[in-house]
Amino acid sequence: MADEKQITHGSSSFHDEMAEHAHAHHDDHHHGNFITQYIFSTDHKVIAKQFMFTGIVMAILGVSFSLIFRLQLAFPDTSFPFLETLLGKWAPGGHLDPSFYLALVTMHGTFMVFFVLTAGLSGTFSNFLIPLQVGARDMASGFINMLSYWFFFASCVVMIISLFISTGPASAGWTIYPPLSALPQAIPGSGLGMTLWLVSMALFIVSSLTGAINYITTVLNLRTEGMSMDRLPLTIWAFFLTAIIGVLSFPVLFSAALLLIFDRTLGTSFYLSDIFIGGELLHYQGGSPILFQHLFWFLGHPEVYIVLLPALGITSEVVSVHSRKPIFGYKAMIGSMIGITILSFIVWAHHMFVSGMNPFLGTIFMLFTLVIAVPSAIKAFNYIPTLWKGNIQFTPPMLFAIGLVSFFITGGITGIFLGNAALDIPLHDTYFVTAHFHLVMGSASAFGFFAGIYQWFPKMFGRMMNKRLGYIHFWFTFISLYLVFFPMHFMGMGGVARHYYTNTAFQFMEAFLDIQVFITIAAFIGGIAQFIFLWNFIYSIFWGKTAPANPWKANTLEWTTPLHPKHGNWPGDIPKVYRWPYDYSKPGIKEDYLPQHIPDDEVEYEEGYMPDTKIPEREEIPQRERDTEETE
Amino acid sequence: MANVAVDKRALIEGERPIFNASYGKLMMWFFLVSDAFTFSAFLITYGALRFRATSMGISWANPEEVFTHAPILHELFHIEAPLVFVGLMTFILILSSVTMVLAVEAGHRRSKKEVSKWVFWTMIGGITFLSCQAYEWYHFIHGTEGGARLVEVSAMQDIPLPGIDATKQDKVKVFPVWSTKEENSESEIVGLRLSNGRLITDERVPAIWASGTPTTGGANLHVNEYGPPAFADLFFFVTGFHGSHVFSGVVLLLILLINVNKGTYERRGHYEMVEKIGLYWHFVDLVWVFVFTFFYLI
Repeated sequence: MADEKQITHGSSSFHDEMAEHAHAHHDDHHHGNFITQYIFSTDHKVIAKQFMFTGIVMAILGVSFSLIFRLQLAFPDTSFPFLETLLGKWAPGGHLDPSFYLALVTMHGTFMVFFVLTAGLSGTFSNFLIPLQVGARDMASGFINMLSYWFFFASCVVMIISLFISTGPASAGWTIYPPLSALPQAIPGSGLGMTLWLVSMALFIVSSLTGAINYITTVLNLRTEGMSMDRLPLTIWAFFLTAIIGVLSFPVLFSAALLLIFDRTLGTSFYLSDIFIGGELLHYQGGSPILFQHLFWFLGHPEVYIVLLPALGITSEVVSVHSRKPIFGYKAMIGSMIGITILSFIVWAHHMFVSGMNPFLGTIFMLFTLVIAVPSAIKAFNYIPTLWKGNIQFTPPMLFAIGLVSFFITGGITGIFLGNAALDIPLHDTYFVTAHFHLVMGSASAFGFFAGIYQWFPKMFGRMMNKRLGYIHFWFTFISLYLVFFPMHFMGMGGVARHYYTNTAFQFMEAFLDIQVFITIAAFIGGIAQFIFLWNFIYSIFWGKTAPANPWKANTLEWTTPLHPKHGNWPGDIPKVYRWPYDYSKPGIKEDYLPQHIPDDEVEYEEGYMPDTKIPEREEIPQRERDTEETE
Repeated sequence: MANVAVDKRALIEGERPIFNASYGKLMMWFFLVSDAFTFSAFLITYGALRFRATSMGISWANPEEVFTHAPILHELFHIEAPLVFVGLMTFILILSSVTMVLAVEAGHRRSKKEVSKWVFWTMIGGITFLSCQAYEWYHFIHGTEGGARLVEVSAMQDIPLPGIDATKQDKVKVFPVWSTKEENSESEIVGLRLSNGRLITDERVPAIWASGTPTTGGANLHVNEYGPPAFADLFFFVTGFHGSHVFSGVVLLLILLINVNKGTYERRGHYEMVEKIGLYWHFVDLVWVFVFTFFYLI
């Protein structure tokens, strides 16, 4: 205890802090020791950074997997001795082992979809921005929030361990369809690797649920005075709806995974029936593999929006701030996000058009799928008029946000192709699908992640990232991603299948080998370009230029906190909110922005402007609220 | 709900509750919504596998023939009492919801003694339910006398059985499938279910049945005397998952009871924890109504 007190500068001990927590998250002079402050911290800002760092590590691994199997796809007959050094028995003689190729594809999908773009993106920015932007001291339950991170961490550890076991990690694709994933006899990866995959995913689901429940509750109950639901920044709306999707869809994956665990370990027959291996009939009887597909895609499709919505929310904020213009169609944005949330639950079977489902049922799912184009188009069309005639500041976050809009449109258009059952049947499981979802979900969400990091880095670390390196990073990434994924459309239309280990085995695919080489080169350029970001990121944390209090001149509440906010965020009272967050370039106002927390009578007007003649209607609400309070 | 004002002491700084519920209660509600989706997925699985079986002409287990045991009636009087026992255990669980409501109500009045009393009775209700479930499982696993026969596979080389290797010196369990009972008539064997789940209904039935020696039947995760193995798989899985929820609830109630008696909530100034655990308990009861309907009634 003596040592502990020294570290805490003698002001308050660990136990005092816990006692304070029991009453309220209330003051700004929380001190713990190193462990309570940076490791088992209940401060949402620290937890957000933990999610971010873990997410970045997982992203490095996930992208590396893809670069390794891209080598195999482009140069199937070339030996790469360094692969043998790196992978040992999985790359004998420098040739990637076919079963490990499948494992790499599976792990790339799992890492990127779940660990990077779900937990990394949503975990980082929901945690960081929800309390700061709604005006709360912390999440509703800091302890449960901490648990959420540590379950995520455990899940990462289990998944990484599965990379090193002798039978290799799970290899049945990130969708883990049985019977391939259920029977260890099927492929080596369906042995212990698959078990670890399922354990890791169960931990991940717990993390996702505890996180999401916290986000929803915080947004509903902990908004500061004046922060009505129609004054929330669109980032918060996006995180809120993402959390709702998570709460409703992840438990179904949990069910699916639990049933699969039973099939694998206890010999039940939920997904398995009439299976012969080596001419011998297994005992499984009465299960249905299609059932797994239904349960999986009931999560799997909403998962796409869990990945995408936070990125879209970040973009809404970034585009508005850096265009110095109010977001176009604020309520239409909220409406379209709610629309996407609801529709995301009734379209799952469009992943299963080739599973032998009733064509009539397919038509219904096709209809709902195509309806999603409407809210998506509303969002895309709202970004463009927000930019239109704006005073656009081409900062790195802005570039990434615009890049997101570009990917969202390019990838979204091919979604209309794939949503059609008639077109999906020939295009299913080809590179066309790979191109589609990598653009609309992968690249777009990754750009949302980058936009968010460049935008809120000054708030996270109190320093600025290097702008010029940001530009270089953007252009390399943007161009290389298009060079990687755009040609895949043509390969897909030419019939080249996903998941194939070697394309030279099929004569008609040989014509596309040059494109495979081209894609691989582009992928390596894009991958290496990420080191520019990593350098910029790490360098700026320690040696970046000290950030001004509000570097982007933004309206939202997070910029009213001190440069290095302590646990509790605001040293004094929580600021009150008097307007929506998008009053940029408002006529008559001295500055080109009007933060949410400035009371009406403190607004600085331009010289000669008569404020009384024009009271914007949005400002009537707090006035009335204040009146009623006085009478009480 | 709406007429109960939210207890200000249960709120944290800056909290302005929407829906008249503190953050803790909201979190419990959202957890229960997600848990409801988990259970829904299991019940949908039940529906999918049941329709799959019946669409292939395999008759589903008839609960009135499966769950016929009740304590005392079975042990002492050997009386078959279909669904009587499960009705009793459902009633006990619902009764425990009533005592939970009384505990919550006593919590609003901050009457420590009464909260303690009703939480205790709720816990007893939960433990009783779990014990009943153990009895139910025991008889389902144990099965009926003569419910199966052991057939020596090597002796059956002239009668090939699907999925069973006759060259192996092995024994296989076969379960009879009886014709539906009619008034004043003996039911007869119309088919045999092999332990690998395969159903035989052709002319091989009498020969195979006659060649075996009677044993007890029963059910586990591979075989099921009463119907397709999927019924047993689902029964164990879904009632087991529900039972683990009840067990968690009992543990939560125990912690609650200890804290109530220690005066934790008295010091805190409110008994909201009773409400939160109460929400969970009611949810678990509600889920049982659905599980009961699926496995015992339809």
